[in-house]
Amino acid sequence: MEEIIKISNLKKVYGDVIGIDDISFSIYKNEMFGFVGPDGAGKTTTIRLLCGLINPTEGTADIMGYDLRKDKMKIKDNIGYLSQKFSLYTDLSVDENIEFFADIHGVKNYKERRDELLKFTRLTEFRKFYAGKLSGGMKQKLALACTLIHKPKIIFLDEPTTGVDPVSRRDFWKILSDLIKEEITIIISTPYLDEAERFNRIALFDNAKILKLDTPAHIREGLNKIVIEIVCSDIRKSDKVLRENTNFEIQTFGDRLNVVADNFEKDFPQIESILNKNGIEVHDKRMIPASLENVFIHLLKKEHQKEHEPS
Amino acid sequence: MQLLIQFIKKELIQFRRDPKMFAVVLVLPVLQLILLGYAANFDLNTVHTAVLDRDKSEASRDFIQLFEKSGYFNIDYNVSSYEELTDLLDKGKVLTAIVIPTEYEKKINSNQTASVQLIFDGSDGNKAAIAAGYSAGIVSGYAQNLLLERAERTGRKTTIIGTINPEVRIWYNPNLTTRNYMLPGIVGLIILIVTTSLTSLAIVKEREVGTLEQLIVTPVKPYQMILGKFIPFIIIGFVSCTIVLSVMRFWFGIEVKGSIAFLFLCTFVYMLSTLGLGLFVSTISKTQQQAMMTSSFGVLLPMLFFSGFIFPIENMPKIVQYITYAIPLKYYITMIRGIVLKGNGIADLWQDLIILFGIGVAILALSSLRFNKKLE
Repeated sequence: MEEIIKISNLKKVYGDVIGIDDISFSIYKNEMFGFVGPDGAGKTTTIRLLCGLINPTEGTADIMGYDLRKDKMKIKDNIGYLSQKFSLYTDLSVDENIEFFADIHGVKNYKERRDELLKFTRLTEFRKFYAGKLSGGMKQKLALACTLIHKPKIIFLDEPTTGVDPVSRRDFWKILSDLIKEEITIIISTPYLDEAERFNRIALFDNAKILKLDTPAHIREGLNKIVIEIVCSDIRKSDKVLRENTNFEIQTFGDRLNVVADNFEKDFPQIESILNKNGIEVHDKRMIPASLENVFIHLLKKEHQKEHEPS
Repeated sequence: MQLLIQFIKKELIQFRRDPKMFAVVLVLPVLQLILLGYAANFDLNTVHTAVLDRDKSEASRDFIQLFEKSGYFNIDYNVSSYEELTDLLDKGKVLTAIVIPTEYEKKINSNQTASVQLIFDGSDGNKAAIAAGYSAGIVSGYAQNLLLERAERTGRKTTIIGTINPEVRIWYNPNLTTRNYMLPGIVGLIILIVTTSLTSLAIVKEREVGTLEQLIVTPVKPYQMILGKFIPFIIIGFVSCTIVLSVMRFWFGIEVKGSIAFLFLCTFVYMLSTLGLGLFVSTISKTQQQAMMTSSFGVLLPMLFFSGFIFPIENMPKIVQYITYAIPLKYYITMIRGIVLKGNGIADLWQDLIILFGIGVAILALSSLRFNKKLE
């Protein structure tokens, strides 16, 4: 596979705070690559570095054969960037926004491409609306259309679905998966782990470093444990008693508990007896395949435990 | 080039859609001009006056009549006691009080020195001084007339030694109307508001909304961004300038004596500084509110105070006078007053023009550098 972005020893320091600490990896052409991880882990910093919005403290990246430090302008011709918050002209209409971005990218005869993008993002009937009057999901789609008007080779989307309703989110992902057919490389950051399954490859960011970089399948398989899902009467109390009485890793998801264990037959009776002893009734139990969410929480916990242990 | 035109087009569309901005640029100048045209008036046309005439003679009445006839004094009260007079002054009902003592006529007729008392309310020193000036003129004229009359009556050769009577002629603003002097300066003020405040606001707004970041990722170069912001506001500035000059001409009857083209050239040179300052303000402000405050208190007010727009520079302490040399508005006001009131041209104003140009280029260069650095 052809490497379209090659990051080498990229580092960004803001005063005393390290934004991103010496990362190196490659992104392949026509890949949908995900940056996941908690807030403040360095996802946005990395995207902003790669777009040339901020200058790296150390290291560099090669983007389509251009050096990030030397050929910024050439890179800008070929990339699109969608920032975390909606940043278009709210007092211009949908059409005018796209037109403006077409013009400043020097795109001639943009009309056809604009109609195509409007159809693609299902915004055609809203084309005369002021951008400020659109709903959150539509704004995001308009921003995407503006990003795509000059047919960039790579687009960077920084948390594009944060604050967007679930239906619009699904819609947005549908558009992105259609987009990938156009031979474009998409780099997305997201705090939502359920979205991470859609990526070809994922980089898990934590604390200015990359904890894991692989395909979703490999990452899931990497967890050599089983996950027992338990539905019981008092989730909070169960979480507490299991933490106090066992060494299992407990993950709480709303109305259910996930226990990361080694062996169902051996471990479950032990769990059940502890719960029963504390007057908690187990309504349902089953063994589930580990989700990315399970693995990430597991990895982050392990990482944080390491930090707290005296070395 | 194409890119720049698009930028300007976008800026003007946004401007047209913002009713507040529209009002600031088109209505505010007219309103400010009319308000200041009437309010910024240091002239004293009516001096409210009280009279305490203890003599009640023909001579005293003649004397008082002179004041009334002068056109400046308005005898509002004729009082009969000193207490009443004091009361009127205390309450601010009158600015001037005239007290004529008893035996005033008798003394005059018997060639003795007659004294009159004139009291002025000095709480507004400026007004009091003007009123005192008016009355001094009236009294000395009266005294001279008396002497002449007497000389004629007695047939004696007058021993009046020739006095020097200055015939004062005021050029350019013959009536010494403050308005004629103030209004041209307002053009400078309006341009300052439009180009400094609005430019900085427009740039900071893009940063606040995040569109500036979006632009940085495009191949737009910083200088194109700056020009794209400046040119629309230069156009708007000239529109405001034209409006102000029209109102000045058709409402207040102040005609531009010099060349309008030259006036516009000076205005453009002046805009280099004000745009530069706007750009600078935008680089030190994070939010639109900050930009507004910085441009008002950091740029607008100092410019007003140190430009000679309100306070004459000649009256400032030496050190402060040196500061005024760095104030662009000072040069612009000198030029616009010269062009509007005196009909000055480049021959008279080239020095101011060159200095202003220098200041403008310097401010613009430094702000652009800072803006560029901020983008990285």
